[in-house]
Amino acid sequence: MNGLNHMLEIKNLYARIAEIEVINDLNLTIKEGEIAAIMGPNGSGKSTLSYILAGRENYEVKSGNILYNGQSILEMDVAERAILGIFLAFQYPVEIPGVAMMEFLKTAMNAQRKARGELELKIPEFLKHVKAVAAKLEMDISMLKRPLNVGFSGGEKKRAEILQMTLLEPKLCVLDETDSGLDVDALKIVADGVNALRAADRSFLVITHYQRLLDYIVPDTVHVLYKGRIVKSGDKSLALYLEQNGYTDIIGEVT
Amino acid sequence: MIAGQKTILTQAEAKIIDNFAVLKGEMAQRGLLLEAARKAAMDSFCKNGFPSKQMESWHYTDMRTKLIHIASCNNTKADRLLAFPLLPNNIVLGLINGQAVVSPEMKWKKEMLCATPLDKLLTNSQAELPQDFADDNVIAQINTAFVSNGWKLDILENVSLDKIIELQNIQNGGQSHVRFPVTVGKNANVTIIERQSGNNEDSFISSVSNLDTAEGSQVLWIIIRERGLMSSELNQFNAQLGKNVVLKLYVIHTGSHFLRQEINVNLNGIGADFQLREINLLSGKTHTDTTMVVRHLAENTTSKEIIRNVAMDRACGVFQGIIQVVKEAKKTDAHMVCNSLILSDKAEFYTKPQLEIFAEDVSCGHGATVSEIDHDQLFYLMARGIPEVKARAILVEAFFRELIEELDKEKLRKVLWRLLDECLQAHI
Ligand SMILES: Nc1ncnc2c1ncn2[C@@H]1O[C@H](COP(=O)(O)OP(=O)(O)OP(=O)(O)O)[C@@H](O)[C@H]1O
Ligand SMILES: [Mg+2]
Repeated sequence: MNGLNHMLEIKNLYARIAEIEVINDLNLTIKEGEIAAIMGPNGSGKSTLSYILAGRENYEVKSGNILYNGQSILEMDVAERAILGIFLAFQYPVEIPGVAMMEFLKTAMNAQRKARGELELKIPEFLKHVKAVAAKLEMDISMLKRPLNVGFSGGEKKRAEILQMTLLEPKLCVLDETDSGLDVDALKIVADGVNALRAADRSFLVITHYQRLLDYIVPDTVHVLYKGRIVKSGDKSLALYLEQNGYTDIIGEVT
Repeated sequence: MIAGQKTILTQAEAKIIDNFAVLKGEMAQRGLLLEAARKAAMDSFCKNGFPSKQMESWHYTDMRTKLIHIASCNNTKADRLLAFPLLPNNIVLGLINGQAVVSPEMKWKKEMLCATPLDKLLTNSQAELPQDFADDNVIAQINTAFVSNGWKLDILENVSLDKIIELQNIQNGGQSHVRFPVTVGKNANVTIIERQSGNNEDSFISSVSNLDTAEGSQVLWIIIRERGLMSSELNQFNAQLGKNVVLKLYVIHTGSHFLRQEINVNLNGIGADFQLREINLLSGKTHTDTTMVVRHLAENTTSKEIIRNVAMDRACGVFQGIIQVVKEAKKTDAHMVCNSLILSDKAEFYTKPQLEIFAEDVSCGHGATVSEIDHDQLFYLMARGIPEVKARAILVEAFFRELIEELDKEKLRKVLWRLLDECLQAHI
């Protein structure tokens, strides 16, 4: 189902945070409709890569480029990238007291619609839509009445991320360890939620430590990130290999 | 001036003294009592001048450098229109540049509420004015010396007023000094909005409210201030709480050039409760000072004060709060907290909370925090496509949301949100 178009091209990227070189000559291409998985030991730069894609401040790109549908996004701010369709499901979703979940969802959806020249959502259809998606993710409706992510359990936070992803209909979905903190049943529900979004014009970058998630969300490509660079790429069998053998020999090859 | 400390009058002090000389010439026909009070007030002002920074209660606000200009006393060219009431049914009692104005169709039941413009009472010597002035009480000094009008309100016993009383003190340029003496009868229940507003012309205002409450009454008092860039205001809110009285005071401040807001609350009766919720949105080059003294003078009294400040642009804010608990005020429960959000490198906020406790078996505390916008939160909101300005506004509103949400009047909440939102959109 992969198209020929490159949705994301990361070219010779070098980037740093707090004076530390975290991304070192990273190259990665994701086609339209592709599901790419990124694996790699703790501290290898996976979350950093996701933040750089989202445009987080203080991450300094020293050289290289990131093209999204052929266009460099390096000069765009976080919201502009989101409006173009880049979505980051956070490894650690942020709690925001004083901001009601529903109000937040409405604001985000309308901000994106407005930027695309679409009309604001009508409240009744918005409510209906949110409730339907929440039900699919088996989220308790009462959670929607709470402040954004406040007091949500680890698993509830991850579901809330997928809820947002579903509502915002992005084109490039970056999932940073969405499986961590989920029990077996929740993992299945969340994976179903992700799979429901698979489409010819939507790509996924799935960051995970575990093959388990990839049993449900079957990737087209698997990449190993180590010390800020992709050191090995393959198909879904690479993930199975890593599950069996760990990273040692692959890392050994490069060092 | 204080003996031995020979200070030259500032231009503003000299102007106030000049203004008084002119006023004196014009007030021959007025009552003797009024004249005596004015003279005492002015004598005290002449002795002290603007309070010096050495005075503890003025440590963070040096009027000699902050209030350098006094608007002219000329009030003639003022626009004579009241503002639309905040809520359609409100009983609007207006003051426009010191003139009492009330629209002819405004009606209320006389057996519930007596409302009298103060100018009549002043000339008949029927208005109570202070005669003694503490050295640091420059607000009482200036207000008493120049007071020309106001509204006296009496809410009668057992009355539960469903309509909100909206006092509009509109000052479009010029100078006014007004007072709002308010009595609330036994077991009465009333909501009063004190709206301090005006345009961007140069103006100087003093406004003193004295609230006297009888046993069992409940008062919600909301000060809403939207003054212009060139306005200087001295405001004093004084309240006496009787037995089992519940007073909830909201202060919503969105603008002025110079403001000193004093809040003095005495909990005289057993079981009295005072709640303060204050939101200061400080922008431009404002200097805004809230100085509060809450005195627990009887047993089983409670108070809670929550102050949330947002300092933007080059604004400077001050909160000084003292909770005093006398020996007799056993089982007092009093807590104050002041949180400030600083949105600009050039903005600042000074906080000084104090507890003076002489009773045993009390529960008292205070806290203060200063913070900036949380960058993780901002990133999260923007990562969902919310533009930066809007995302910042959302986080600022989240900072004081609970204070507004506590108000159990939904329509009023909406009005306040609109007001705060407008101010944030303009300055964030
Ligand atoms: N703000 C920061 N300041 C200093 N160092 C940082 C910062 N953010 C990340 N790093 C460092 O960059 C490296 C990569 O971190 P990153 O969070 O991207 O790893 P990761 O691959 O996502 O790890 P994990 O699997 O544990 O989630 C780590 O060594 C980390 O300590
Ligand atoms: Mg990580």
